Amino acid sequence: MNGVFAKRRQHLLALKAMRDGQSSHLARSAPCPRCGETVPRRELVQARHVCPKCGYHYPIGAYHRLSLLLDAGSFRELDERLTSRDPFHFPGYAGKLDESRARTGLSEAVVTAVGAVEGRKTAVGVLDSRFFMGSMSAAVGEKVTRLIEYAGKNKLPLILFSASGGARMQEGILSLMQMAKTAAALERFSRKGGFYISVLTDPTTGGVTASFASLGDITLAEPGALVGFAGPRVIQQTIGQTLPEGFQRAEYLEEHGFVDAVVPRAQMRETLARLLKLHGKGEKP
Amino acid sequence: MSGRTAAERVALARHPGRPGTADYIAALCTDFFEQKGDRQCREDPAILGGVALFHGRPVTVLGHRKGKNLEENLKCNFGMPGPEGYRKARRMMEQAEKFRRPIFTFLDTPGAYPGVEAEARGQGEAIARNLAVMSALTVPVICVVTGEGNSGGALAIGVGNTVLMLENAVYSVLSPEGFASILWKDAARAEEACGIMKLTAEDLLAAGVIDGILPEPEGGAHTAPQSVFRTVDEALCRALEGWKRQSGSFLAAQRYKKFRAMGDPAGKRERA
Repeated sequence: MNGVFAKRRQHLLALKAMRDGQSSHLARSAPCPRCGETVPRRELVQARHVCPKCGYHYPIGAYHRLSLLLDAGSFRELDERLTSRDPFHFPGYAGKLDESRARTGLSEAVVTAVGAVEGRKTAVGVLDSRFFMGSMSAAVGEKVTRLIEYAGKNKLPLILFSASGGARMQEGILSLMQMAKTAAALERFSRKGGFYISVLTDPTTGGVTASFASLGDITLAEPGALVGFAGPRVIQQTIGQTLPEGFQRAEYLEEHGFVDAVVPRAQMRETLARLLKLHGKGEKP
Repeated sequence: MSGRTAAERVALARHPGRPGTADYIAALCTDFFEQKGDRQCREDPAILGGVALFHGRPVTVLGHRKGKNLEENLKCNFGMPGPEGYRKARRMMEQAEKFRRPIFTFLDTPGAYPGVEAEARGQGEAIARNLAVMSALTVPVICVVTGEGNSGGALAIGVGNTVLMLENAVYSVLSPEGFASILWKDAARAEEACGIMKLTAEDLLAAGVIDGILPEPEGGAHTAPQSVFRTVDEALCRALEGWKRQSGSFLAAQRYKKFRAMGDPAGKRERA
């Protein structure tokens, strides 16, 4: 019986991951935004959307990422229907939400789930930059907080993949308060011995950087990911100078002491599994 | 309460003569000892704080400092702290917990400083860590938004058991200029942004983000600072009175619940 459900779950994730690929700009072969090389689409998919020529890590959809990470049949989504409610009736917001949902197949900018990473049961959240730039709505804050609480209650390790433009402007102050909410939940989780790995992906900025993304016991980053509090455009406007080469990239953060390791996508799953093992987390069946 | 527009309140909140953290500390406390430095790299004058007596009782007081003239403005970076300022604030708050002192914070900042060095030293990490640490403090934390509370740069010292706002203060996810520039790629539409941002004290009270509004004199806080100091003094006394008999774990739990409840879009229906 369990096998049947696992198989169905696997199919569901595979379908959703496929939709990620189709609905993104990656559907047709296009030149790499960094090196300009046009790589055949099939080759790009095989390389997990990393340019074989220059190593550029394309942004990927949340379900796609989960399908690369989790053991077959282990994916179970949490709070799937939880979504934004336009708390301040912001002009044009409701329509834009509908449009984003239809375009991406996502209900919000984060997907939260439980699954297994090389046999270790884990709570995982993945932000998706195709949905309002992965910005922090009240629903994103709520889903992340519920995931943290779920991990705490079930004594699971926690992995969050961040990708965010920052606050959801249309939700104003309630967006801001999600920073305090998620940080508070992580503090509780941490004090009870919970193990949290934060993975920074391109781009992670603003309120997400200044809350849960920066509070990992271990912090990893994908190569070349832009990570910062203020965005480069704002900084450039403020100081009126050109920014240093490589500024706010994953490697820069590693050099400045804010990232444990820069991990290429091809090694992410193995690295996460090793970290779970090293911390003795995630029950082995 | 006078019927000012949001844009008018933003202007009042930024009025150069408006009382700031230094004024509140001087008016409300005695024996203030300023603590400087983050013990890691630098002193950031954009955060002012230390230990003082409030009605004879030791408290930790801290807040954003903008400075009173151009020279001070420049020194304080116009009230925009770097990570060092937030780390200094954290050091003071952790000490407050150690010595069982209540904490008062005054929020008044255009935002955390967006600069190369601030980023290199972990502006995001510094703010995130403050939020986490503040959420679990076992002493009373009372925050007052006295001027403009913008972005994570304000919230980084704003996780309180009680959060109050002056009548003409504003509190928002970003400055109206930044908001307009992100949404419409045009910072000049800031006044229009004020109208839809829901950043006034009344808006925030309705949204459940603050606990109370402190009235100002008719022309704004700068026209009669003494009366504002009295108002803030009474409000702090009242809030402190409510918390002082509570245990540390109750205070931490109350603060957690308060922020945990903000913006649950599902409400009860989906939770069940």
